[in-house]
This record gives sequence, structure tokens and C-alpha cells, in this order.
Amino acid sequence: MNEIADILANPAFWSAVLRIATPLILGTLGVLLCERAGVLHLGIEGIMVAGALSGWLAVYHGAPLWAGMACAAVVGALFGLLHAALTVGLALSQHVCGLGITLLATALSYFSYRLAFGQVSTPPTITPFAPMAWLGVPVLAEQTAPTLMALALVPVLAWVLLRTPLGLALRMVGENPQAAESQGIPVLPMRTGAIVAGSAIMGMAGAFLTLSAFNAFYFNMVNGRGWICVALVVFASWRPGKALLGALLFSFFDALQLRLQQSGDSALPYQLYLMLPYALSILALVLVARKAAYPQALMKPYRKGER
Amino acid sequence: MRLERRTRSSPAAIAAASVGAILFTLAVSAVLVAAAGAPVGRTYALLLQGGFGSVFAWSETLTRAIPLIFTGLAAAVAFRARLFNIGAEGQLYAGALAAVAVGGLHDGAGLDWPMWLLFPAMLAAAALAGALLLLGPALMKSRLGVDEVVTTLLLNFIVLLGVSALLDGPMKDPTAMGWPQSVALQDGLSLSQLWPQTRLHSGLIGACVLAAGLWLVLKRARLGFDIRAVGANARAAAFAGVPVTRTVVVVAMLSGALAGLGGAVEVAGRTGYLTLDMSPGYGYTGIVIAMLAALHPLGVVAAAIFTAGVLVGADSMSRAVGVPSSIADVIVATSLLAVLVASLAAQFRIRLKG
Repeated sequence: MNEIADILANPAFWSAVLRIATPLILGTLGVLLCERAGVLHLGIEGIMVAGALSGWLAVYHGAPLWAGMACAAVVGALFGLLHAALTVGLALSQHVCGLGITLLATALSYFSYRLAFGQVSTPPTITPFAPMAWLGVPVLAEQTAPTLMALALVPVLAWVLLRTPLGLALRMVGENPQAAESQGIPVLPMRTGAIVAGSAIMGMAGAFLTLSAFNAFYFNMVNGRGWICVALVVFASWRPGKALLGALLFSFFDALQLRLQQSGDSALPYQLYLMLPYALSILALVLVARKAAYPQALMKPYRKGER
Repeated sequence: MRLERRTRSSPAAIAAASVGAILFTLAVSAVLVAAAGAPVGRTYALLLQGGFGSVFAWSETLTRAIPLIFTGLAAAVAFRARLFNIGAEGQLYAGALAAVAVGGLHDGAGLDWPMWLLFPAMLAAAALAGALLLLGPALMKSRLGVDEVVTTLLLNFIVLLGVSALLDGPMKDPTAMGWPQSVALQDGLSLSQLWPQTRLHSGLIGACVLAAGLWLVLKRARLGFDIRAVGANARAAAFAGVPVTRTVVVVAMLSGALAGLGGAVEVAGRTGYLTLDMSPGYGYTGIVIAMLAALHPLGVVAAAIFTAGVLVGADSMSRAVGVPSSIADVIVATSLLAVLVASLAAQFRIRLKG
């Protein structure tokens, strides 16, 4: 118990929590936006890989860090456009298309990386985002600018989604597209827009890994974070504020297990600690299952004039 | 002239859609090959040759197809009932682990059972392990409404970490010089070679028999009818008196068992022990194979052989012309998306006179 108290008293721990949370916050917001418009987006895992690689590649070739971020957003948006074309335009299975995009984006990223660098033994590195020491606030000063952006995006998205006419229209499209259409809201363009914007955010979630958390691209570096975001959206009941809370809570346990694992004198195999994030995600899904208020039209393709 | 929706897609239309999708995929991948600076025609020729061009290539392709048939069947039967089992990867490893737990040489001596009992016990343990692994997500889906896609995906990570812990600990082969490698299966348990001097083993026959059996069950048995009804519309099926929850649970057990068996066959047929790199994503590729086959069990065999050929061919092509072998994964992923679009096209026909 003493050990845990020591860990909690250390600001470096809280700094790690926020750092681990950042890609989860961004990814969860991206998925949330798509699902509020009624579209499941399992392409997130692959889009994060593609964002991580494209943002990093841009910076590696001399672009400024924020241009790398933008590049990842554009790549994410392009995959989002593909997802929208398949699931909104052609009304194909959202499950299968999302998985297909994950496979495609991951395979294309690995292909491009090998094409650019061949079989390198040590991955090439860049200079990542620097901590914002000038902020002077204890834990925040350890963070990089993209974390601030992720934190700022939460109230912005919450405001747009819950307080503006655009947000109302978007939620209507996800709850009852027939009613939305009869109100003159263009269902298909709204859904497409939400997917493209959400996918751009997912791309940036991936880029955070290569441009802030690490300074290189590794295979398998996303490692299931995207799927965890999909689970976090359910946990957050499709609300941006709760998404932030969920991501932070989740990262708290993840950072804690990392520290406990590093403290070394544990009798448990290290793999049990690594399991924790995935087990927690499943637990979160089960806990909120009874009261989960799914957007009513989630996973239901909409065709004009069909019911 | 107008387009009209077919009431039922014809098998010919579905087959044409699959072939069209694959041709489209090859055209798209040609751009990547050209980007890699390799001659497109020669690259594809090498890919085909590496996958299907010789007796050795065929033996490697068929060997690689065996686990893919198992995971493809697992995905196909589940998807038919709209149970999106994305966890075949974990179920494959769970099955392999159960197989070495039952049939392995623990401390140099395994279970002292006669082979005629031990072999089926090993397979049964593997099937049961895979089935039980999917039972949880299936129950969570039908009882609590928890989306099974996310739970089965997350379970893959949990199972792999669990296998990793066991291979470091109680299941570790003490003679493996520190490698995280499981205890070896007893000698009599390995599957026989089908073709001398190659790795092709009799697991292929088992896989094909299972595919045929599953086809018959889906076509003729009551279960097949129930699966179709639940897959088409669960609410209507329940109204018509189909036991929906029971069907979903049975399908889950069947699907998980198929993937688990695949793990046991892979261990007994190829390596004789379990390592963490047994599967380069067979569980995920199985989903693509099931979709390429339009969820048809016999089609799964054909799609698995095709996909295995691409994967095997890409390795040798990559060595020859320097195009990264991940192009095989790009081809597999693109063909999944293309076949989805093509299957939509197969649902329509062109009427010349209105």
C-alpha cells in the first residue's frame, strides 16, 4: 500500500497519466463523433497507424511538427472518406468495412515504411514536440502542445455537439435519420462529414505517438489503443466530457500498472499487468451495458426512401 | 434499361463478383508495385510462381492454407448468424495452448494415455478452449447487449499475453535454451505428412472434411435454418419461434471450436510445440477469407488457398525484386473491401426492358 502512496505522490506519475491519456482522448473523440452520427468506425486502429506513420514521415522529410500533425489529419480524413463511401454511400456493413480499413491502413503503412527504409535495424528518429516548460503549471508543463490541443478539443466538441444547431442536426441523423430527412437535414452528407472529421482526429491520435510520446515509428506501436477507444465511447455514453474522464481514469490504471511492474519485486508475471488495460475495457463495457444509450440509428445504414 | 434488385443472388453472380474484386485489387496493387520501382508484370509473375508455380510452392501454399481454412470457417459460421467473431486469433492460440497442455511432454513425460484416446482428447481440449473463449462475448452480447466485436478483439490481446505468461512460466519447455517455447507434443500426436519432403500434413484433409460437414449442416440441418433466420432478422426469427439466444450460443461454440481446432492442428501438424509467433494474424485473415467466400464453407477452402498463395508468393517475390512483402497484406485487405462492393453489385441485375 505504501508503494502505491509513493507512486501517487509523485508528479511524474500524473504527468505520465496525462501523456498516456492523450491519444485515447483524441481517438475516443473521433469515434464518438462518428457514432453520434450513427456510424460505427472500426477503422480507427488502422487510421492511428497511418496517422502515426504519415505525420512522422512528413517531419522526417523536414516539415514542421504541426505540419506533420496536419498531414496525419489529412491521411486520416482520406481513410474516413473511404469508410464513408462504403458505409454511407453504399450502405455496406459498418463492422466489416471498418475492419477492412484497419487492415488496409495498417498494411499500407507497413508497406510504405519498408519502402522508405528497407530492413533497418534501428528506426530513424526525429526531434519530437518539446514539453511546455513555459506554462509553469506542475503537471501540464511536462506535457507537449498536442496534449493541450486534445484537452481543448473536449469542450469544443461538447459545445458543438450539444449546444449548436449543427450538433443538433448531427445527433438527429444518428438517432432518427428519417425524421432528420423530413426536417430537411441532408443525412448522407452529415454522416460523411462526421466520419471525415472524426477520422482526421483519429489520425492525429496516432501522430501523437510518433511526434510527441516517441520520436520514431515502430511496427505494432498502436497496439490495440484504437479498440480501447471504441470501448471508451460506450463507457462515456457518447458524451465528450465523460470521454475525457474515461480516458483519464483508464490511463490512471495503465500508468499505475506500469509503475508497479517497474518496481520489480512483484511475484506476478509482467504479462498480467499488460493485460489490465484490455480487461478494464471489457469490464467497462459490461458495467455500463445495462444503461448504455446507444444512438438509435447506430450501425443502421440509411437509404433514402427506404425504412 | 434499369437496375433492379435481385430477390436472390445467383452463385454465378457471387463468383463473378469475387473474381472481379480480385482483378480490381491486382490493378490497384500494381500502382504500389510501380511505386516500389519494380516491373509490374514480372512482379506478379513471380508472385504467382512463388505461390503456385511448382510442387514445392503448392505444398507451401496448401500448408499455409490449413489454419486459414479453420479461421475462415470460424468467421463464416459466426457471421452467418450476425455474430461478428473477430476473436479467432485468440481462439486459435487458446486451442493450441490446450492442445499442448493435454498432449505435451510435461517434465519429459506426458499423460500416460493410449494414443487412440490421447489424440481425440487433445483435439477436444483445443475445440473446447476455443469455444469457451467465445462463449463469454456471445453471452455478453445476447444477455447484456455488449457489442461482441470489441470484446472479442480485446480478448485477443488478453489471450496472447496469457499465452506469453504461460510460455515464460509453467508451460515453458525447460530444454528450449531460454526461448519462450511450450513443451513439445508427445511423438505419436503429430499429424502425418501428406507429401514426402514437404511440410504439407494431413490437417488439410481434416480441414476439408470439416468444411464439407459444415456445408451440409448449414444446408440441411435445423441448425442451418436457425442460423439463417437469426442472421436475416433476429427479431423476426424470435417471433417465428426460433430460439435466438440458444442459436447464437451454439454458433459461438461452433465458431470458437473451429478456430481452436485450427490451433491444435497447426501445432500437431507443423511445429510440435507452441510459440508466440505461431500465427501471423490468421484469425484476422480468416475474416477476409470468409467474406471472399460469401460465407460459403466450400468457398472458404478455395479462398483460403488463394490467399495462402498470395502470402507465400509475396515472400519469394519480395526476395527477388525487393517489393516489401507487406504488399500481400495490402492485397488481402483491398480484396476484402472490393469484394464487399462487388457483392453489392451482384445483388442487382440489368433489365433491358422495363
